[in-house]
Amino acid sequence: MQLIKSDINIDFLGKQKIGFVFSAILIIASIIGLIVHKGPNYGIDFSGGALIQVKFAQNIPIAQVRDSLAGLDLNDLSVQDFGEADDHEFLIRTGSTETVGKGLAQAVSAAILAGTGVTPEIRRVEMVGPQVGDELKKQALLAIFYSLLFITIYISGRFELKWILSGVTAGALMTAVYFLSVFNVSMPVLITGALVVSLFLFWRLRLKFAMGALIALIHDVFITVGIFSILNLDFSLPIIAALLTIIGYSLNDTIIVFDRIRENIKGESSKTALPGLFNKSINQTLSRTILTSVTTLIVLLALFFLGGDIIHNFAFAMIIGVLIGTYSSIFVASPVVLAAAARKG
Amino acid sequence: MKPFTFTRIVILGVLITAVVFLLPTFTNTWPHKKINLGLDLQGGMHLVLEVQNVKAVEAELERTVDELKKELRKDSITHLGIARQEDNTILAQLPDKEAKNAFEKIISKEFSNLKVTASSAGGDATKFQLRLPDDEKEMIQKMATEQALETIRNRIDEFGVSEPDIRIQGENRILLQLPGINDPERAKDLIGKTAQLTFQLVNEDVSPEAALQGSLPVGSQILYENKTDPVTGNTAKIAHVIKKQVLLDGSLLVDARVEFDQFQQPQVGIEFNRKGAHIFDRITGQNIKKRLAIVLDNTVYSAPVIQDRIAGGKAVITGNFTMEEAKDLAIALRAGSLPAPVNIIEERTVGPTLGADSIRMGMISMLAGGALVLLFMAVYYKGAGLVANLALVMNIILIGGGLAAFQATLTLPGIAGIILTIGMAVDANVIIFERIREEIGWGKTPLAAVHAGFDRATLTILDANVTTLIAAIVLFQFGTGPVKGFAVTLGLGIVASLFTALVLSKSIFDFILQKKTASTLSI
Repeated sequence: MQLIKSDINIDFLGKQKIGFVFSAILIIASIIGLIVHKGPNYGIDFSGGALIQVKFAQNIPIAQVRDSLAGLDLNDLSVQDFGEADDHEFLIRTGSTETVGKGLAQAVSAAILAGTGVTPEIRRVEMVGPQVGDELKKQALLAIFYSLLFITIYISGRFELKWILSGVTAGALMTAVYFLSVFNVSMPVLITGALVVSLFLFWRLRLKFAMGALIALIHDVFITVGIFSILNLDFSLPIIAALLTIIGYSLNDTIIVFDRIRENIKGESSKTALPGLFNKSINQTLSRTILTSVTTLIVLLALFFLGGDIIHNFAFAMIIGVLIGTYSSIFVASPVVLAAAARKG
Repeated sequence: MKPFTFTRIVILGVLITAVVFLLPTFTNTWPHKKINLGLDLQGGMHLVLEVQNVKAVEAELERTVDELKKELRKDSITHLGIARQEDNTILAQLPDKEAKNAFEKIISKEFSNLKVTASSAGGDATKFQLRLPDDEKEMIQKMATEQALETIRNRIDEFGVSEPDIRIQGENRILLQLPGINDPERAKDLIGKTAQLTFQLVNEDVSPEAALQGSLPVGSQILYENKTDPVTGNTAKIAHVIKKQVLLDGSLLVDARVEFDQFQQPQVGIEFNRKGAHIFDRITGQNIKKRLAIVLDNTVYSAPVIQDRIAGGKAVITGNFTMEEAKDLAIALRAGSLPAPVNIIEERTVGPTLGADSIRMGMISMLAGGALVLLFMAVYYKGAGLVANLALVMNIILIGGGLAAFQATLTLPGIAGIILTIGMAVDANVIIFERIREEIGWGKTPLAAVHAGFDRATLTILDANVTTLIAAIVLFQFGTGPVKGFAVTLGLGIVASLFTALVLSKSIFDFILQKKTASTLSI
């Protein structure tokens, strides 16, 4: 069986404009989403606060649960249905961090008993103090930044044999980030700055594959974060794990294409032949790109529908990431490398 | 042709090793350990405590102040006040030259560890600022964290938790992983209790009411007692004026256990060691008809009038305890007090039923996703698809064996990582198969195409997997608990899929192609 014919020849680079517009729409939508919701919707892992998952043996109206908790004096209290309807489960969240470690679960249980006459089963309690949340936020940003940087070193080294150049560049960037982070520079600003500087350096130093990969990865992560905030979904630790996996996965696709470009480019010195070569490489690897995305999506959909509510958002982030990552390796990474390679001088 | 080539022996060896490591998880009988389940799967509590070890420094400074005063009193040197300041220095004021010189002599003789700066305070008076050197401060803080860890470990051991994991994290944090806790609130109470037991005299010169109005004598403080009315059940806070001087503390205890009074009400009986018993004997003898307060963590538990000298070093703590409270207090006193108070800054508790649900749903999605991928590969690549499927099954066995062998922890995101690996592991085979198809399309014989396919694809596969491996390693470094579990299975999955695609699949193809002089290949 064959989904993609072996003689397929789609002019992907000729459709660059469509890709550019599509990406631009997604990025603008993400920016709007982030602005409207005032940044990503941090879950308690990052914002600090508490989350309690309760389960009832019988049906209790959500309003009744809410009312019974009203007297507890908790900030930003929210009660949501959780899981299937016949599970009678609710997720109670609060932004109050002064409750960390104190008997909040007991107080909630007692208040619900008083309000509804039923003792809920406390299935899960998560409480994160504000300073822990801030640290996790910083660490998560650093983790994303470091994995981007390490991967770009690898790409420059493998595809352009510029191990030392890219290593020194990345080392300098990491040192700068480290020292600035000691001086309490705001981490999001710092990482954004470092990424911009990285892109500039890659451009100046002609590390074109590294630049293509980095732009594609920033594109993927940013859009995934954007879609999460448009849908107002919580950002938690597992979502960071998903983002890092997306970085690894999306690059996987990109590398397969780059690898083929490298193979085809051998003995080809004329710059005018480059677009054709790039197109050929993308087409040759298209079947594999699609197939792997399909198998990965199959398991992710299984996880999304059957894995339960705790892992739901993680699976969702991965699904977006796989779709965007597959798209970006064809429509973002390769055109960028081509543009950098075709640059005069 | 030899049935046992080197590659085949390696494959067999790896498979058997993985199965040996994996078996105990299912049979309970094999020599090695089971796969560790994370707290999110087996239920339990994850706590991060912050030791307020600055308080240990404060306590050390308070002790120094007391000793200094004692020394000055011994030599009859007058001073205008010695006290610990907010910035953790000691300020001492001496009225004249003579006192100043005597003070300096004492400092250089008895307190040479302190850093001293002197300045004039007008007239003949001198101000001294005494400071602990930074390395000593750090030492005290470090010791406080380590001692807190030991104390908490003792309490947990007595409380009875199977396989707790307690470790220091960073400078002043303690990470606790307590599987299978039934009563998280009670465990938290026990762990977080400072259990600082002191015996202090009640200042009977002034009534609590007057002291609350503002006439609190120097050297005394107001502490409260929680009293429950036995009839109405209401609790009231009763103020006591307590002298700050500590006559005896819990560090000299040898035993603490639950006892019952004549109304069968639980109380905690404590017993001092010889030195403690001697001190107790002396202070009770010296203070007959005065009230002695038993203070635990700045709360007065009782303040009985001393009727007679008490020899033997035994006392009881009463305070309307429930049986559990009395038991936990006894554990805390036996295990010793924390050198500084601790705060819980992170807590994650998962009930056992939720953990079981998570395992069940994780398994269902793994089976469903796995079955679909197996089906897809078989349909799409026919014979070659079956080879890929065999590699996939081996892959899962290897991940499981790896988890058991490294005693890594399987968490819910970890299961997600395995599921993801199922989807991504076939990638290596897909890359190879697509290449083989291409090579066949260019007119090569199946054997030549397979060889070319593997040759060309090997480097590509390595390159493509290294990036995901980098992400997994960074994630392992950054993550805690569940997320770390994801990084582990993702990383294991990548390594396993490299092995199954590049070694196992290739070996199977070689076997098929050598057996028959194949002119066609099912791919």
